Amino acid sequence: MAALTIATYVFLGIGLFFSLVGVIGLHRFPDMYTRLHAATKCTTFGAIFLIAAVIMQSGAIWAAEGAYSAQSVMCIRATLALLALLITNATGAHAIARAAHRSGERPIRAVVDDLEGKETD
Amino acid sequence: MSFLITAVVAYLIYLVLTIGGEDVLLWNAADLAIGAVLAVVAGALLRNRFVGKDLRMLNPVRWLIFLVYLFPFLYAMAKANIDVAYRVITGRINPAIVKIDPRLRSDMSLTILANSITLTPGTLSVDVDEETNELYVHWINADPETLKKMPRDYRRICYGFPAWARRIAD
Amino acid sequence: MNWLAVVVVLMVTIIIALARVFIGPGAPTRLVAFDTTNTLVVSGLVLVAMMFEHVVFIDVAIVYALLSFIMTLYVAKYIGGARF
Repeated sequence: MAALTIATYVFLGIGLFFSLVGVIGLHRFPDMYTRLHAATKCTTFGAIFLIAAVIMQSGAIWAAEGAYSAQSVMCIRATLALLALLITNATGAHAIARAAHRSGERPIRAVVDDLEGKETD
Repeated sequence: MSFLITAVVAYLIYLVLTIGGEDVLLWNAADLAIGAVLAVVAGALLRNRFVGKDLRMLNPVRWLIFLVYLFPFLYAMAKANIDVAYRVITGRINPAIVKIDPRLRSDMSLTILANSITLTPGTLSVDVDEETNELYVHWINADPETLKKMPRDYRRICYGFPAWARRIAD
Repeated sequence: MNWLAVVVVLMVTIIIALARVFIGPGAPTRLVAFDTTNTLVVSGLVLVAMMFEHVVFIDVAIVYALLSFIMTLYVAKYIGGARF
């Protein structure tokens, strides 16, 4: 049990650290695209670890109490929430980047922009 | 056929969401009945949107390759996060939007590649050319050597991911 | 397990992200910050469900994740200049 508690705290720590890094990146980067880098990658990775900690804890209680405990439902639904988050996050970031470039937002300090003037509707 | 696939997938998702009863195995009997009706409705409404013309994703070998792909993907994702954390702390960036031609044919493989490179080191998919299947990628730390040549070398930008996407869904 | 402390730290990150929603120049930046906030809220709801041992919070989290995804898509479409 002690090893499980330590592992859960490590997972929670990693998750919180990357969530914090992503949010600080929102303030430190100069333009919208680089902010999107920080926001998407770091918060998705942080959410994986935070929800994995919940899955581990509830799964351990599920294994200890048998099949019909309330924690079994929580374990399965937390996995579903994680899957929903993983599938939707990357697609949402892609939609935001595409819309922003179409609306005329240009990357600051960019050396090359191949997409400039090539968008079709 | 497309109706059947959509209805079965909808019913499976519904079953996973409603685990927690006692009547039949893990589900309530009323839940099972309502889910069947909703799955038929969803299948009738959405069959042309959910299933395209080709049915190659039904092949279980492709699912197996997808599961194997998750391991290098998670490793690349961990690397990407340490990279972004480093750039957040030091503020060292050199951004560019580059065009790459991964030479993929199907929409599914292009979707997998675009989502993968959004979550992996230093790259973010911005736009897609639907006729030639070329991707426009925002690259946070552009390498000047790669930027000199005009048909960009996609191996320098997104590593082995186009090969994986081709194996899974092309 | 001390879930409350984790939820409190997550609340702090949500507030930092919301600051970017209020100050960030232009609609795309605000949308990025809001998308980040949504992801953090979903993981926070899952942690709250574990803290109170109620499954209902996770159901809310799943629905919130899907609805916020649809909201992101539609606002992005609006920013990109599509007509409705």
